Amino acid sequence: MTSAIELEKVRITFGTFTAVHETDLQIRDGEFFSFLGPSGCGKTTLLRTISGFVQPSSGHVRIGGADMAGIGPNKRPTALIFQNLALFPMMSVAENVAYGLRVRGVGKSEREARALKLLDQVALSPHAHKKVSALSGGQKQRVAIARALAVEPKVLLLDEPLSALDLKLRQHMRRELREIQQRVGITFIYITHDQGEALNMSDRIAVMNAGRIEQVGHGREIYANPQSAFVASFVGESNVIPGRVAAVGNGLAHVETPLGRLAGRVGLGPDGSAPIALSAGDEAQLFVRPEQIRLVAPDQPRPACGFGARLRDLSFEGSMTHLELDAGLGMPCNASFMTSNAGALPEIGTDLALQFDPLDAIVLRQEGRAA
Amino acid sequence: MNNLGITFVATALMLALFFFLVRYDRHRAVTAQVGFFRRNGALVGTYLVLGVGIWMLFTFIMPMVFMVDLSFHHKLPPSKVGGPEDVYTLDNYRMFLFGSTTSTDSLNWLHLRSFFMTIFISILITLVTFAIAYPLAYYMAQVARMQVLRLLLLLLVIPYWVNDILRAFAFRIVMAENGFLNQFLQGIGLTHGPIDFLGQNIALYVALCYSHLLLMTFPLYNAIEAQDHNQIEAARDLGAPWWHIHLFVVMPHAKPGIASGMTLCFMLTAGAVATPMVLGGPNSLWFTPIVYDRFYQLFDWPQGAAYAIVLLLACIAFVFGVLKLTGLKLGEITK
Repeated sequence: MTSAIELEKVRITFGTFTAVHETDLQIRDGEFFSFLGPSGCGKTTLLRTISGFVQPSSGHVRIGGADMAGIGPNKRPTALIFQNLALFPMMSVAENVAYGLRVRGVGKSEREARALKLLDQVALSPHAHKKVSALSGGQKQRVAIARALAVEPKVLLLDEPLSALDLKLRQHMRRELREIQQRVGITFIYITHDQGEALNMSDRIAVMNAGRIEQVGHGREIYANPQSAFVASFVGESNVIPGRVAAVGNGLAHVETPLGRLAGRVGLGPDGSAPIALSAGDEAQLFVRPEQIRLVAPDQPRPACGFGARLRDLSFEGSMTHLELDAGLGMPCNASFMTSNAGALPEIGTDLALQFDPLDAIVLRQEGRAA
Repeated sequence: MNNLGITFVATALMLALFFFLVRYDRHRAVTAQVGFFRRNGALVGTYLVLGVGIWMLFTFIMPMVFMVDLSFHHKLPPSKVGGPEDVYTLDNYRMFLFGSTTSTDSLNWLHLRSFFMTIFISILITLVTFAIAYPLAYYMAQVARMQVLRLLLLLLVIPYWVNDILRAFAFRIVMAENGFLNQFLQGIGLTHGPIDFLGQNIALYVALCYSHLLLMTFPLYNAIEAQDHNQIEAARDLGAPWWHIHLFVVMPHAKPGIASGMTLCFMLTAGAVATPMVLGGPNSLWFTPIVYDRFYQLFDWPQGAAYAIVLLLACIAFVFGVLKLTGLKLGEITK
């Protein structure tokens, strides 16, 4: 498969501040690709670099194989959907959609026909001659999409376009965006800080933190095999238990932690296939997701991979029930259960025995230490 | 009915017309409005109505009505004012059109030419001022960083601390035949003989343009500043070249500012008195000095009033022309 976008050693600095550290990335043709990260991680800067509003300080951006150095945003085969949409308030809905065609010198009747066809695709043709301000949030969203698609871009760039919508509409627009992407078949690059959006819509996700891409992969892969502490905690929740590796074998690492000896799978390295090299004595962190932790019934023996903790608080959130635990030594810990499976819940303040399957936990090297 | 009575009646009519227009302008506005007095309280409400009302009445409407009334009278010595000879007449307007109060055989070309030239050149100066102010306003509103913006604003405002008459004489010195500008141009070899900036009225036009640059720049700056920068980037992202963005995205958004800057600039240019008196060349016939002469050379106040009212009507026509062209309502110009 050809790559729609290729970033080669791209680095972006503003003065002394490095917004994006040297990055290599290939985004495939026809892919729904998301950049996921907290605000300020450099994802929007990267998007603006692809669209041409920001020039990389070094490295190359290629779109469809062509180097984009010195090519302005108006000459690139990309279209950007802004976070606040940036529709033109002095133009009608149809004129907004037709703007890109008007710039390209398409005749009035033809561009109107094409705008109407696009508006029809997003179910807005009855509103074609209204003012933009007369539309609802979701409708404005669809006008912005139609306006961007009108110029037939190779790549559609979306900068958190759903963040201003309410929850229900956001979920509806997720489905709709995915449908539109599959129908038009072009590459979508989506920026978000909402892991739900990224996991839900994307073919692949790049998780970014502090100007670096920490991991690229399919949502499931990233969720199951986080390669860094940041990814483990940012994509889904994770309990982080520090410790020292006691033994490694059969793909499992046994870690001596303040909670006792626990075990987890050895995490994968940056290439995503081979596990990292861990040996006894290494400082490590064990990550286990709240929903992987199970209660041990009081009459059962203490399991091999388990620990004790006191129940501090219990919160009910519809389908899920969250337990806030204190494992002692100032180690907070969370566990979640499907409410329907939880059975009789313990009282707050009781001491509980908990366990998890070592195959559901991941052991990574403590970051910031010698490799 | 005596003059004073007519002045008062006309003033009352003007006020009635004003409130009618206000109501008319609001005809589609919010229906369930809280009453003015209920919103502000009876005392504050009364104060506002009386304060603004008296101010409008005594400083604006009454003097204006008085001047309009005056323009339809003959020039009479004070003893005869209100007497049997004090009748209404169109003589002063006849004078402007035909140069005589009795014959309509030939047009008053001298004054008519001056009037239309003043209007025409004021329009040109307004357009040139716009062409200079727009890039500046755009840069200030959308591009400049805070420190640069502050500096630019300061540089724009400080020259206005210098009064009109001083500026006009300074221009006269700089642009005189052996003034700095001519010496400079000849010094770098751009021209051979001195250019008669004053005689050709170039100095006058430059000064008028310069004096109203700020009045054009500020409304433009305000209007452009209110535009979301993302709209400009969106247009660029959709493939628009820079001129297209300005013509079809920025200017339509800045329309109220453009209209407001243009009307301000035009009115003050067409109505400028000191600058044309100081900088006008020997063959300059700006209209305002002619009006001034009616008052202070001929001591014919009624005629002066008639001339001034003709100029006022031209300015009002210009405002409505601009509104018509831009499709704006009068209220929107102040946005």
